[in-house]
Amino acid sequence: MKIINYREIEGRSSGFLILLAILGLLALLGLGSAHYMEEHGHVVTGMTNQIVWGIPHVFAVFLIVAASGALNVASIGSVFGKSFYKPLAPLSALLAIGLLGGGLTVLMLDLGRPDRVIVAATHYNFKSVFAWNVFLYSGFFGAVAIYIWTMMDKTVSSYTKPAGYLAFVVRLLLTTGTGSIFGFLVARQFYDSALLAPMFIIMSFSYGLAIYLGVLMASYKWTNRPLGDAVINRLKNLLGVFIAAVLLLVTIFHMTNLYFTKHHGVEAFILLNGGIYTSLFWLGQIILGSLVPLVLLYAPGISKSRSAIAFACGLVILGGLSQMYVTIIGGQAYPLVLFPGYQESSSFFDGVVHNYSPSLPETLLGLGGMAIAGIIVTLGLKVLRFLPLSLADSVADPHAK
Amino acid sequence: MNEQNKTAEQVIEDYSRRKFLGTSAAVGATLAIAPGITLLDMAQARPADQAASSKNRWGLLIDSNKCATGCDDCVSACFKENAIKEGKKETDSQWIRKIELKDMQSGRTSSLPMMCQHCAEPPCVDVCPTGASFKRADGIVLVDRHICIGCRYCMMACPYKARSFVHEELTDQNPDVPRGKGCVESCTLCVHRVDKGEQPACVEACSSSGKNAMIFGDLNDPNSEISKRIAETATTQVRADLQLNPGVRYQGI
Repeated sequence: MKIINYREIEGRSSGFLILLAILGLLALLGLGSAHYMEEHGHVVTGMTNQIVWGIPHVFAVFLIVAASGALNVASIGSVFGKSFYKPLAPLSALLAIGLLGGGLTVLMLDLGRPDRVIVAATHYNFKSVFAWNVFLYSGFFGAVAIYIWTMMDKTVSSYTKPAGYLAFVVRLLLTTGTGSIFGFLVARQFYDSALLAPMFIIMSFSYGLAIYLGVLMASYKWTNRPLGDAVINRLKNLLGVFIAAVLLLVTIFHMTNLYFTKHHGVEAFILLNGGIYTSLFWLGQIILGSLVPLVLLYAPGISKSRSAIAFACGLVILGGLSQMYVTIIGGQAYPLVLFPGYQESSSFFDGVVHNYSPSLPETLLGLGGMAIAGIIVTLGLKVLRFLPLSLADSVADPHAK
Repeated sequence: MNEQNKTAEQVIEDYSRRKFLGTSAAVGATLAIAPGITLLDMAQARPADQAASSKNRWGLLIDSNKCATGCDDCVSACFKENAIKEGKKETDSQWIRKIELKDMQSGRTSSLPMMCQHCAEPPCVDVCPTGASFKRADGIVLVDRHICIGCRYCMMACPYKARSFVHEELTDQNPDVPRGKGCVESCTLCVHRVDKGEQPACVEACSSSGKNAMIFGDLNDPNSEISKRIAETATTQVRADLQLNPGVRYQGI
């Protein structure tokens, strides 16, 4: 392989400034919304005592899951020794940090007492999956930061491989922890499954790579740097494999539930008669988020088109957000069963499907998290050498003639 | 006199007076009923400087056969005692609620109050990242208002939907029951009353109404009324499959 030259992006064009301005505005709106929510209480959101986690968690969990997935490209290079992926590694690590930063910001600002975030950092209950995650989040930041350092500083480049291994192990633990936040909820019909941990890992592969590929294509296009088909084709084929793997895990998850009579109610709710959740599952997650991207990525005639690939990446992201909405909110909308075999009713909405409609502030907070991730990545590309000057086939492809 | 300005002697004197009143009430309650039968187990007041002990495990026995559909005296008493605004919005706190049940096979209906079940193995305590959700030595599950960050993970974990999140600013609080916007809360088993040797407000209201569907007492004391009843009668734990060993038992469901 040729020597790869990494360069900062110039970051002076009007396009760059407009992008930053849009992201900055969205981030400010998100922060303003968080302040509004803190002042007035969560009564200004759509969240209730029935749907306790809402759209902010949809964005936050999506971003955190995607963060660990975005690091995959780097891991394939450092852990699995595929030299083809090594030039792609720095951007992969930057995206991982950006996405996690955005996700955690949302999670933190949605707390009932965001002013007490220091309490979360100083008081630990070591039996809590959430507390484990606090360590995993900070461990992930640390591991990826060290990894980036070993990639950028020639004097410590011999440590790149162990740093890559460390980051890989932490990213697997991180997604296991995120999936287990739901998997360990023993009382809820739609969670309570160890399968959620591996499912979240494979989902992270898919979401993270879709974001990676989208950002890679956009940044090379907007900076007029060459990006050859070799890189694109390999990544888009890999994305297809990940999408199919998510479909497999989702199928197993629902089949397992369908086999257990006690889960028939919640499965019927998600798959058949859950209104918005059923629509988001079939249309958002399965058709638009999985099947259409598979066609776009693999169908002869279409799959070479960069626009089709970029569109597929966008659909995978939307499908991922749908999947999070169905999992997090759909799982809570179905009423908790306290007395199996009985019809329940109460003033606290027992036995009825719970309503949720996201309000503007909480939606802006979620979008703000996305924007913060975008700002971290955009500024990172400008100040440090994350992107190779060229990823043309002659540079990136070891088989290029 | 302001509570904070009392001297130690005055506090002790006050406490002795309360203890005397509590004991008198207990004697009165015992005398009022036929010898050997005590309807209410009077909790013994614990000195303020003494920590809660695992020698006690406070619990409730609820007889749904005696609990009338439409009666919500226990709910009103709880709201009044804990200064909870009586509202039925989806964002309003409800520490206790009446659940109406209908057997889907037989059509038989029953009614019962549902609140924090004060589990011996509480999932809310397991999942709380900061340790704000905790179980006192005497089995009462509480939230430490000072370290609750309002993440609501405990609400996701509770099998009984027993917890509420305070969605808006609160006014007119009961100083004995501090609450706070942005924190999670639930039935405290009227810990402020229990520590004074009194009954939880819901239990008191239920017996005042003459229904006597709720018994409060020490599950660790084999001679307590609640322990005797549980030893004699078939009782149910809600979601017994989870093996959380709740401190609240039900009869008649």
